[in-house]
Amino acid sequence: MSDTSNDGAKSSVTETNTIKARHPAADAISMFVKNRAATVALFVLILIVITGIIGPMVYTTDPFDMVWAPFSPPGQEGFLFGTDYLGRDILAGILHGTRVSLLVGLSAALMTVFIGVTVGALAGFFRGWVEEVLMRITEFFQVLPTLLFSMVIVALFGPTLPIITIAIGVVSWPAVARITRAEFLRIRELEYVTASRASGSKNAKLMFKVILPNALPPIIVQAALMVGSAILFEAGLSFLGLTDPNVVSWGQIIGSNRPYILDASYTVTFPGIAIFITVLCLSLVGDGLNDALNPKLRQR
Amino acid sequence: MNFLNTLLQRVLWAALLLLAVLVLNFSMMHLAPGDIADTISQSMGGADAETLAQIRSDYGLDQPLISQLGDYVGKVFRFDLGYSYFYNQPVTRLIFEKLPATLLLVITAQILALIIGVMLGVYSARNRDGWVSHFVTFFALFGYSAPVFWTGILLLIAFSLKIPLFPVAGMIDVTVEGGFIPKFLDLLRHMVLPVITLASIFIALYSRLCRASMMEVLATDYIRTAKSKGISDREIIYKHALKNSLSPVITLAGLQFSAVISGAVLVETVFSWPGLGTLALQSIIARDTPTILGILFFSALVVIVGNLLTDFALRFVDPRVRGL
Repeated sequence: MSDTSNDGAKSSVTETNTIKARHPAADAISMFVKNRAATVALFVLILIVITGIIGPMVYTTDPFDMVWAPFSPPGQEGFLFGTDYLGRDILAGILHGTRVSLLVGLSAALMTVFIGVTVGALAGFFRGWVEEVLMRITEFFQVLPTLLFSMVIVALFGPTLPIITIAIGVVSWPAVARITRAEFLRIRELEYVTASRASGSKNAKLMFKVILPNALPPIIVQAALMVGSAILFEAGLSFLGLTDPNVVSWGQIIGSNRPYILDASYTVTFPGIAIFITVLCLSLVGDGLNDALNPKLRQR
Repeated sequence: MNFLNTLLQRVLWAALLLLAVLVLNFSMMHLAPGDIADTISQSMGGADAETLAQIRSDYGLDQPLISQLGDYVGKVFRFDLGYSYFYNQPVTRLIFEKLPATLLLVITAQILALIIGVMLGVYSARNRDGWVSHFVTFFALFGYSAPVFWTGILLLIAFSLKIPLFPVAGMIDVTVEGGFIPKFLDLLRHMVLPVITLASIFIALYSRLCRASMMEVLATDYIRTAKSKGISDREIIYKHALKNSLSPVITLAGLQFSAVISGAVLVETVFSWPGLGTLALQSIIARDTPTILGILFFSALVVIVGNLLTDFALRFVDPRVRGL
């Protein structure tokens, strides 16, 4: 905005754009960028992803190695975040944990969206008994306390990353299913859908090519929030010790150091901050996406 | 009559849901890798062939699956959820011992969160650009993003380790002498940090929603009419607007029961609160399958009952729901 030298160029761009219809994606991006917090959050999130990818390559200390005396405070003796009760480097743990948290968060969210969209789309499109049955099943999954249910799954089927991901995905999809169904119920009554049906579109095409693209905005927003809640979920499980013993994760660092918080509160503070910032950024990005993709809210 | 009808329908549906939980429990037990008799005996620290055979006949594992399922459901209706070899007690007794502590935590946190959430929401709807309103926005983000166990540990470090205001762990201090009042005060002191930790997530949620719904109600015509009649702001808010803005908050609160229990598992672990969550974790570590599945069943029961109560509370507060 303070950039005056580009003003001429900008206004000419908007002029041509008013004549040629803007691509909806371009519209959405410009709305997203207007939300300062979301833009900053997206930037931080990209940094976190990069840290997760290259961090462990650059900072090669093994998070399981006992590298120094236990409870060495942060910043002293060469360990930025200090060492834990076994003398393991916490910075190394957090860097390696970034991969696990992001990986589990993303794949669990993908699974959530996949199940939720399938169930919601079928229920909202076919209505009748299909809707009745599917929504009753959804309600059933909402009655089970999510964390307890996934604890049971992990306990019975073993603490490996795929099982943990499935355990999170299986309990989290109802919210997505409800949103998708509501969108489908709304959109299927619109005229363009009737037109497409009249011109001979089959059910599958109507569902996935005609209705789904228009139902996507709220689903995308929910997906961003889902990544955040899946990360929180994974952190909770690994805090309780229900995690793959061969990988480090943020929650697991907090859980294993919990008995020593009197001597070394930093051992739980730093991994907690990592979780907090990541989830915060995801929810801010979700807000930004909501602004960008939901034109009805723009007037507010 | 209409009301009775819906009540009956709701209760029936709740019973069906419970039955489904049982079927789920049963199938998970059978789907899990490994022999069930082995899994059960693991909590005893292993068993010889004779004990394994005993377990098989105790649990009816030699029967066909469908009759096992029927048996299981029948037993649950007689309040028999199996026997915990790890604790050497029937699972139902174990659960009934721990359930009150969890209910106390969960219900107090829900009520506190609702009261504070609604107060913050109403206040910030009236003063949209005031600092409370910004605080609600900020707090909602914090409450959503901070892992609840981390919040709990931070509170623990601050208010019982650094400044020793509250006890570090547990629910009661056995050394407290005297009658009801000192014991009650002791319980309250133990409750402060866990309840605040658990409520923090939901305060964020409720205050944000209450603000939004209050603002919506305040923009309606009947509020404008009330204003033009010269009714004071105070009366408009508390006598007219509040009731109508509450129903979405109550609906949301009802949907949160399952999340509250999930949060309680973590909070109980942080504060060594002797409830179902701690029991669940201990029995998972001990691989005590009957207890774990019993807890899953009971917590689902709590959620179902909570949902039912919410539904009726909603009917009570909001006549529009009653009419439907």
